[in-house]
Amino acid sequence: MPKLNMVQAINLALRQEMAKDKNVLVLGEDVGKDGGVFRVTDGLLDQFGSARVIDTPLAESAIMGAAFGMSILGLRPVAEIQFSGFAFLILPQLEGNASRIRARSQGTMSAPMVVRMPYGGGVRALEHHSESREATFAHLPGVKVVIPSGPRNARALLVAAIRDPDPVVFMEPKHIYRAFKQEVPEAEEVGIIGQAEVVKPGEDITIISWGAMLRPTLKAVEALEAKRAARVEVIDLLTMSPIDARTITESVKKTGRCVIVQEAPKTLSMSSEIIALINDKALLYLEAPVKRVTHFDVITPYFGRENLFLPNPDQIEAALIETLDF
Amino acid sequence: MPLKEIASFNVKHLSILDENGQWDEDLDPKLSDDDLIKLYRAMVKGREADQRMLKMQRQGRLGTFPPTTGHEAVICGATFATRDDDWLVGSYREMPGRLMRGEPLERTLHYYNGREEGSALSAAHHLMPIQVILGSQLPHAVGMAYAMRYKGEQGRAVVCFFGDGASSQGDFHEALNFASVWQAPVVFVCQNNQWAISVPLACQTRSQTIAQKAIAYQIPCIQVDGNDALATYKATKDALDRARSGGGPTLIEMVTYRLIMHTTADDPSKYRSADEEKTWWDKDPIPRLFHHLKKIGVWDDQKQALLEEDVKNEVNQAVKNFESEVDFKPDAPFDHVFETPSAALEEQRALFLSNLRDSNNA
Ligand SMILES: Cc1ncc(C[n+]2csc(CCOP(=O)(O)OP(=O)(O)O)c2C)c(N)n1
Ligand SMILES: [Mg+2]
Repeated sequence: MPKLNMVQAINLALRQEMAKDKNVLVLGEDVGKDGGVFRVTDGLLDQFGSARVIDTPLAESAIMGAAFGMSILGLRPVAEIQFSGFAFLILPQLEGNASRIRARSQGTMSAPMVVRMPYGGGVRALEHHSESREATFAHLPGVKVVIPSGPRNARALLVAAIRDPDPVVFMEPKHIYRAFKQEVPEAEEVGIIGQAEVVKPGEDITIISWGAMLRPTLKAVEALEAKRAARVEVIDLLTMSPIDARTITESVKKTGRCVIVQEAPKTLSMSSEIIALINDKALLYLEAPVKRVTHFDVITPYFGRENLFLPNPDQIEAALIETLDF
Repeated sequence: MPLKEIASFNVKHLSILDENGQWDEDLDPKLSDDDLIKLYRAMVKGREADQRMLKMQRQGRLGTFPPTTGHEAVICGATFATRDDDWLVGSYREMPGRLMRGEPLERTLHYYNGREEGSALSAAHHLMPIQVILGSQLPHAVGMAYAMRYKGEQGRAVVCFFGDGASSQGDFHEALNFASVWQAPVVFVCQNNQWAISVPLACQTRSQTIAQKAIAYQIPCIQVDGNDALATYKATKDALDRARSGGGPTLIEMVTYRLIMHTTADDPSKYRSADEEKTWWDKDPIPRLFHHLKKIGVWDDQKQALLEEDVKNEVNQAVKNFESEVDFKPDAPFDHVFETPSAALEEQRALFLSNLRDSNNA
């Protein structure tokens, strides 16, 4: 099996889906000749031509709105927003139209489209290039939100997103675009949107994370298990919305303890939602309050301070210990 | 009924000093020798600072930044036409103009070294902080211009810079329309460097000029040779005079070229030819003005040597100042969310600081 990094794996998904279905096309800023500023769409222009790999004028709202229009007539556009920091410009179209066309048309129309965007910190980028705003999108009914954590699930989930009958926001943790490689089969693999993955089973405590936070989480778990007898169950959330309540609930019922790790600010975030869900479905199984390790409710600091603000393995390990010893 | 022509338009192009040294004395803005030298000096200093920043970036002493090499005539010519109490509302490619306004180079260096402190002095110089969200600054400029007039500050105006790519944003069109309806004292300066990262102007717009987009909004417009500092100065000065006297907004398209990469993270060889770059190096705005100043007798090689020495020293000193300022409050981001941090935020600050102590002790 070839070993690919996340950029190559996403490129593979796009290439294969475009080869398979001529309704799939890619549009965005610098996605053609440049192959995207992160090279995610590299080579697609040469292979599929400029009618299917569209370097658009610079206007996110029109990229989103036009992709929506294409999807109404049966195309399957994959729009790229160059950085998630500029994705606020798609909200009028996403909230106002794509999310609700199924409802507005009473099921007679739909928007099978994908919006890809790199997001998150850790790459010493400029202002507006490091935010983690998955909750903003997950808050919109009618929009699915997916965040892969490695090359293999990125490929499989993007294929699923492209084939999904509803709009999917696909957020790519750019911190791990090239951080590591995984074996990614050439043969088709389709992920399941709405399904979290138990990355590592355990009995004593559940830890939930996603995107680039999975790696520091696993590091913390490894460090903890080297010191203590506790066995930690690690859940990779993968889909923010619709959330996989079952996997979370089953795990927390089993372990009775839970820690959530996210790169996003704390207030009204995915971790808030997960705690509410545990409250609804598994409160009486808890033996300790659910603990979270998050960014803070501040304007995302420029890169000079970013590492001070991102959750790190030590903080995660401390949260696990505190919750285990409660 | 026969079709009647009910409106017709034209777009003018201004060039005063061209790449072959041809000079139109009638159009010349007739700056004093002192002013010409000031303007030239600002361009030379901007280039020196930019080249120095490139080296620092390559050495890991600065983060990613967007160079300004090639843009000096646009930025310095336009800025030179402003008064210190006019607001400049830019994007991220105006470093030499910021220096002209007196914002120390250290601030820009801090900004591109990932420090919010880099923007701490901008308001004092009537500069908005560096803007990354393309096009979003145009409506701000209109609002600021409205506010000046509303507050009775007659004669003040706003100059707003943006790129050719940004002219595709809804914000561009919405701002022009507002400015026109309000007759706001604002001058929009499009730095048309013909590329938006890898996207050439021809893919950005089918319009023959960017200037003409103003016509739809009943705004006066002009296209200018953006490598001709006399022309960029003159066009901006004329537009500012109009704005100051209640004549409303202007759109100036300044045609220039980004001679090097979009940002230090970009590789232009992926999308444009070295030949194309070469033809634009031949139009470099700095040698153009240098030769002109020599020709009219206000400049010579000895003065040039002194100037180069001077700006090098100034840039060196700024880099030294920048590198000696290392004491940054780690929890500063909590200070500036609201005027008064909320109780919840203070609780988070306490956690942040205790995490920091733990990791320092570990
Ligand atoms: C709203 C928004 N979308 C996308 C980007 C990413 N981006 C940064 S610069 C750039 C190209 C800008 O081109 P132009 O407006 O011509 O300005 P130039 O960089 O050429 O000076 C792009 C797409 C951004 N900063 N803001
Ligand atoms: Mg440009």
